[in-house]
Amino acid sequence: MTKRLILSLAVLPLLMMIAPSAQAAGDQKAAPHQHWHFKGPFGTYDRDALQRGYLVYRQVCAACHSMKRVAFRNLEDLGYNEAQIKAIASEYTVTDGPDEEGEMFDRPARPSDYFPSPFPNKNAAKYANGGAYPPDLSLITKARHHGADYVYALLTGYKEPPADKKLLDGQYYNPYMAGHVIAMAPPLSDGMVAYSDESPMTTEQYARDVAEFLTWAAEPEMESRKKIGLQVLLFLAVFAAIMYGIKKKIWADVH
Amino acid sequence: MGSGQREQFDNPVIEWVDSRLPVFTMMQREYGVFPTPRNFNYFWNFGAIAMIMLVLMIVTGIVLAMHYTADVTKSFDAVERIMREVNGGWLIRYMHMNGASFFFIAVYIHIFRGMYYGSFKKPRELLWILGVVIFLLMMATAFIGYVLPWGQMSLWGATVITNLFSAIPLVGDSIVTLLWGGFSVDNPTLTRFFALHYLLPFVIFAVVFLHVWALHVTGSNNPLGIDTKGPQDTLPFHPYYTMKDTFGVLVFLLFFVLVTFYAPNMLGHPDNYIPADPLVTPAHIVPEWYFLPFYAILRAITFDIGVPFTEIVIISAKLGGVIAMFGAIALWFVLPWLDTHPIRSARFRPLFRTFFLILVADFIFLGYIGSQSADATLFGIPLSYMGLAATAYYFIFFIAILPWLSRNEKGRDLPTSIHEAVLEQKKSKSEMSPEAAE
Ligand code: HEC
Ligand code: HEM
Repeated sequence: MTKRLILSLAVLPLLMMIAPSAQAAGDQKAAPHQHWHFKGPFGTYDRDALQRGYLVYRQVCAACHSMKRVAFRNLEDLGYNEAQIKAIASEYTVTDGPDEEGEMFDRPARPSDYFPSPFPNKNAAKYANGGAYPPDLSLITKARHHGADYVYALLTGYKEPPADKKLLDGQYYNPYMAGHVIAMAPPLSDGMVAYSDESPMTTEQYARDVAEFLTWAAEPEMESRKKIGLQVLLFLAVFAAIMYGIKKKIWADVH
Repeated sequence: MGSGQREQFDNPVIEWVDSRLPVFTMMQREYGVFPTPRNFNYFWNFGAIAMIMLVLMIVTGIVLAMHYTADVTKSFDAVERIMREVNGGWLIRYMHMNGASFFFIAVYIHIFRGMYYGSFKKPRELLWILGVVIFLLMMATAFIGYVLPWGQMSLWGATVITNLFSAIPLVGDSIVTLLWGGFSVDNPTLTRFFALHYLLPFVIFAVVFLHVWALHVTGSNNPLGIDTKGPQDTLPFHPYYTMKDTFGVLVFLLFFVLVTFYAPNMLGHPDNYIPADPLVTPAHIVPEWYFLPFYAILRAITFDIGVPFTEIVIISAKLGGVIAMFGAIALWFVLPWLDTHPIRSARFRPLFRTFFLILVADFIFLGYIGSQSADATLFGIPLSYMGLAATAYYFIFFIAILPWLSRNEKGRDLPTSIHEAVLEQKKSKSEMSPEAAE
């Protein structure tokens, strides 16, 4: 009797967990599940994929999208050493100041600087993109249902519009986008970024790598989160088991 | 409290303090030897669990507040800085975020436990009412807290919910203006919400104190719902229930940790990782999961109530929804006077038990409906119809079924004492699962 009641109550959180995903299905096509190196309780980021993904971001996406919450020093997570990070940062110019004379000045970026944005403000970004705002990508995988799966599906999912669908100039058909119309031209094409490793230089591979990189940017703490989580779980499980034994012993004379 | 007869302590320091302020005597009396029914099942753990969660929320909340800034141009960035730059900040924030959800899970189980075993009945009415006050304060605190990170759902959730108050005749608009501190949810709203979000948990703490005080006057109810008749029916709280509660808390924390570390955003909405933008309305505005059943009741009322065959509207659909939503909780306050059946525990009231379990399922289903968009369908039937039906059952249960059962349900024979029932159960279940006898 009590068991059945427990079961019925346990359904409450379970139902709530499924509910949001059912809702996202609404009008967009659901992004298919991909295999990711970072999935699962022991999943970690694939450093090579992160580096390739960063390259794709740098050479393609950064033309339109900012990533203002990530600093060059964070690239350490990708497996770059201090000298490499310094070298990468110094390829960028940032505005600093005011100096002693009260003037703003340009200088090469340092590891402590955040990724510079391609446009000075939102209006400039919109103006350059036909009125559509290219969102900051620092949190994009957390800000969309299905995170990395969604980004991959979006980047590889451009299609010819159905005959009855009329698109305006600067609009593209993509069934994964809410409303199926997106103002971002297909950003990737085969061979557009030169990889130095063996990985195929295809749209699919670029999309996969950049999606992994964006997941890292949104959740840089993920690896330590899972590691600490495991320790806390083990601690609690052992502690709970001990307490169960103690409780059994204390209650033995009662039953 | 703690005055009157006092036993000497051996430790001179404790004795010195206790003879001046008998805190140790009080602890000893209320948590040491406190006579507690011997037949609790694990549902009686959730009070202690809720208490732990409240402490966890206050501790993590204060640390968050050290790094947080309440300003519409800075709050989103401040929370992201906590996530990325503050040492262990992501852990503190994820604990606070998921802690709210698990606090509600514990409290929902605690509340429905009380309904099932008749813990709200005489002489525990005031204890129950204080609990409902805590629940209301928790809802206010969590709703306000969700606004603080200033994401899209913060802004738009706050806009939708605060707007509800405008349905109240005469004073509605003034209340909304007061909540907002202006003419829309904006910076003054955020700053006053932060101040209140810091305040309310301590108010909750105070009411919890009263709640526990009232509990220690009447003593606990138990799964049989019959009064304790003497020492053979009870056990001292320590070590029996201190150890059992510790075990229960640890198991609950295991689930909490599992979600916090491995799926920290599962219970949240992705839109709240988009900075608030008053010019862009999200496609679906949904409150946090623990409000969804009440949100569904709010949305179930889609029709005006007026004088038939005229254009006169007495209660607009909006006001009707607001009345239904608040009424759904207000009913809990008067529950002791709706269910006046002399038997407490559902174990001995098969009819009540059936209708109550349907209510639990109904409440969960309302939660599901609340999570879906207003025009969704299930098996081809508009969900809004089902929402109305589920809402109707909710109210019929409290307003009609409970009073009717109170008068007409015969119920089973009650055991003569807890002690005998425990022995009986132990005999018949000796070869089955050991927990059942507890
Ligand atoms: C030529 C400029 C441009 C480039 C290059 C570009 N984007 Fe975009 N992107 C946009 C614009 C504009 C939008 C907004 C589209 C809209 O709202 O319809 C957008 C939107 C997006 C979105 C959000 C879609 C949604 O769900 O709202 C994602 C994700 C995205 N881009 C990823 C990328 C990635 C990854 C790259 C690099 C491979 C990239 N973009 C390259 C202009 C660009
Ligand atoms: C009853 C206990 C409490 C409940 C139910 C509660 C609930 C919440 C919720 C749901 C959020 C939004 C989480 C998010 O999405 O980020 C939040 C945020 C916040 N809370 Fe609380 N809270 C409680 C106690 C406290 C206390 C005592 C403090 C500080 C004294 C506090 C400080 C904060 C701060 C600063 C935030 C914003 C930072 C953030 O969003 O992570 N909370 N709270």
